[in-house]
Amino acid sequence: MTPLLQVKGIEKRYGARIGCSDVSFDLFPGEVMGIVGESGSGKSTLLNCMAGHLEPDAGQVIFGTRADGPVDTVTMSEPERRMLSRTDWAFVHQHARDGLRMSVSAGGNIGERLMAVGDRHYGAIRDRAIDWLGRVEIEESRVDDRPSAFSGGMQQRLQIARNLVTGPRLVFMDEPTGGLDVSVQARLLDLLRGLVREMGLSAIIVTHDLAVVRLLADRLMVMKSGHVVEAGLTDQVLDDPQHAYTQLLVSSVLQV
Amino acid sequence: MYVAVKGGETAIENAHAWLAEERRGATDIDELSIAQIREQLGLAVNRVMAEGSLYDPDLAALAIKQSRGDLIEAIFLIRAYRTTLPRFGYSKPVKTDEMACDRRISATFKDAPGGQVLGPTFDYTHRLLDFKLAAEGEVPAAPTAQPRTEATPHITEFLKGEDIIQDEPASDTTPGDLTREPMEFPSNRPLRLQSLTRGDEGFVLGMAYSTQRGYARNHAFVGELRIGKVAVEMDIPELGFAIDIGEIELTECETVNQFKGSKTEPPQFTRGYGLVFGQSERKSIAMALVDRALRWEELGEDNLGAPAQDEEFVLSHADNIQATGFLEHIKLPHYVDFQSELELVRKLRREAEERMQPKEAAE
Amino acid sequence: MNEYNFAYLDEQTKRMIRRAILKALAVPGYQVPFASREMPMPYGWGTGGVQVSAATLTPEDTFKVIDQGADDTTNAVSIRKFFENTAGVKTTEETEKATVIQTRHRTPEAKLRKDQIIVYQVPIPEPLRFLEPRETETRKMHSLEEYGLMHVKLYEDISQHGAISTAYAYPVKVSDRYVMDPSPIPKFDNPKLEMDAIQLFGAGREQRIYAVPPHTKVVSLDFEDYPFEATKADHPCDLCGAEDSYLDEVIMDDAGNRMFVCSDTDYCRSRREAGHVGRLAEENAA
Repeated sequence: MTPLLQVKGIEKRYGARIGCSDVSFDLFPGEVMGIVGESGSGKSTLLNCMAGHLEPDAGQVIFGTRADGPVDTVTMSEPERRMLSRTDWAFVHQHARDGLRMSVSAGGNIGERLMAVGDRHYGAIRDRAIDWLGRVEIEESRVDDRPSAFSGGMQQRLQIARNLVTGPRLVFMDEPTGGLDVSVQARLLDLLRGLVREMGLSAIIVTHDLAVVRLLADRLMVMKSGHVVEAGLTDQVLDDPQHAYTQLLVSSVLQV
Repeated sequence: MYVAVKGGETAIENAHAWLAEERRGATDIDELSIAQIREQLGLAVNRVMAEGSLYDPDLAALAIKQSRGDLIEAIFLIRAYRTTLPRFGYSKPVKTDEMACDRRISATFKDAPGGQVLGPTFDYTHRLLDFKLAAEGEVPAAPTAQPRTEATPHITEFLKGEDIIQDEPASDTTPGDLTREPMEFPSNRPLRLQSLTRGDEGFVLGMAYSTQRGYARNHAFVGELRIGKVAVEMDIPELGFAIDIGEIELTECETVNQFKGSKTEPPQFTRGYGLVFGQSERKSIAMALVDRALRWEELGEDNLGAPAQDEEFVLSHADNIQATGFLEHIKLPHYVDFQSELELVRKLRREAEERMQPKEAAE
Repeated sequence: MNEYNFAYLDEQTKRMIRRAILKALAVPGYQVPFASREMPMPYGWGTGGVQVSAATLTPEDTFKVIDQGADDTTNAVSIRKFFENTAGVKTTEETEKATVIQTRHRTPEAKLRKDQIIVYQVPIPEPLRFLEPRETETRKMHSLEEYGLMHVKLYEDISQHGAISTAYAYPVKVSDRYVMDPSPIPKFDNPKLEMDAIQLFGAGREQRIYAVPPHTKVVSLDFEDYPFEATKADHPCDLCGAEDSYLDEVIMDDAGNRMFVCSDTDYCRSRREAGHVGRLAEENAA
């Protein structure tokens, strides 16, 4: 099987400081990769480099496009990359505000990607928005409400619906449960797990929360000071951590 | 019966005639002369020259008279006139370090070569209405002293020796010309400075003030403020060398700003710069603060999302002729647009009402 | 006013504007930046249109100026007078006789010919401006053809009001490429944008010129199930009886009685001269 995404030797520096360095891995279709580490470990920098939000200083991010097969998205032209990021890619921000249009209705938020790729039938767009509201457990009656009237958990679910409506093949998630209450987090995780399975999504999830990766990720990378210190199957890494830093991370969670 | 509003032409002519009468005011009061305005309302003349981007005190005074003292209207007259003037060429950069200073102060040093010269300033006047002026404005002559003949070096030159202030390297690149090329963003510092120096004094002041109150605070000191006359030189191709073509009064302000250093630079002082036609002290200080705030990217500082850091916001809204024109155009007839809105709102209301009572209709 | 050059602007400036016009015609709907000059009338009062007209007019031209469809609105009078003084060109109120027509907020009812040029005054040239205030961002959206947001706006209209609630300055897509603001003409005029004449758009304060060349495809944005409608008041003209013209609503008395009359004053006049009679026309004649 050919990988959906091949990350090769990604490096990003901020002056003399290392953001992330020498990160390489393959992601296969239907696979969920978790990236964990404390804040400042470089995991968000890495995610932003892969998603095209930051330009890496070195390395390649090769994505298996539908039309042309594997293409390095770092050197791709901006129109091509933008096209990718509104069709085959999706990005779920930690703060729903960063990923939603707060002054546009829930339906408009979900419909935007459809309209961006040329859908021009209002009724059909609206039906799909309502369908997606249902899939993320938001009542149909809220379709014309603005996200500013939604709770934090609902906003995050709406952001997910807005991203998944075009059936992306790869989803980047940056601390998708961060900033939410524990009970709300649990419901969101359940929902995400269901969607990932049902749609066969490939995803890369950055988090500092080991419970999130335990539930969602097939494989895991542990980052410290910009470097990957340990990688492997999620259960393996969490149950039998080899690197001292991973051991510390795992034990600190257990103590809680 | 309806008669369409006609005779726009006569209405306009009559309005202009009335306006001329109002401008003149009561005819038993002496008419203002251009010279009186130029000599006695000098700071208004300076502002009109600065924001009109044309150094000509007599024309500025005429514009103030014609505009009944509405300075933005006067600036507008000057700008429109300026457009029609042929462009002979560009002067050489003026040498402000050779300025014959009427005023020169520094907040950063107690004293420096050239001294602190207060000059004709309002700074330490007590703001008490002087009722004597209502009767007559004659004043005794002010004391005089021997003017300084040698050049007065810039304060920042003394800091440069220590390398403690960021150098502003000289460049022979011809800067862009705001009045000849469309403004495009991101722009660059020469264009920003051009835009600020002709920008509305009130707007630039407000932006500068916002930085002092914490919206992208940049800890400015007035390193130096100087006002005086400088020579304007221009290369004359036929002669093959530059000659003096005249003298203009300028206000120059250089701020010295704290700077903690960035990933590429050690801690060092940095500068903001203001240069304005005439004696325009408030404007030049404000300009220097806004210039410094707009330099965040070049100096590797954080974008704090403050209005004064936002080049597109500041430069798009600084020009009072653009602003006042667009603001006031909403008094032009818009009845075609309004009619289309009227029809739409009626239609939407009709449909909303139909939606609200479908059942009765069905029965 | 012979101390000024023909049509006020100096030749160098006119050449600069003509280059921008040619570029605009070559890339229909694309907003070409140009170094707008300070004109002796305020920004927002037609300085863009005036500069485009000044660069377009020749001494042989016949010039017509309308505002809200009418030749006698004050700003139209003022601009017409400006060119009478600075260019000495012939002026007319008859659409038929004009070779260059400067307009604010309307497209004339009469079909324009290929030997005519119409110049629109534009306040805000950027159709995306009220969705995204930043020029740096909107230029990128145009260059990448990212127009999804425009439809989000239309979607929101329908979801809130049951219809697209844009009545004027209704956005169009030109030649299948650029989304363009047709200036604040009522949407009733949008179908006329595909015409035989050259259409030039000038925005002075915003320093942009754009154009629609003759016979260029111009599509008003809409949804398949909510198609664009060129609407107007549902009345005939009370003076000339026209049923196909855009109407002004005029309040006639303190009781709030209304009448509807053609906004295009020349169209109305020529119909009445040809013997057409509206509901209130006899009283008018009496």
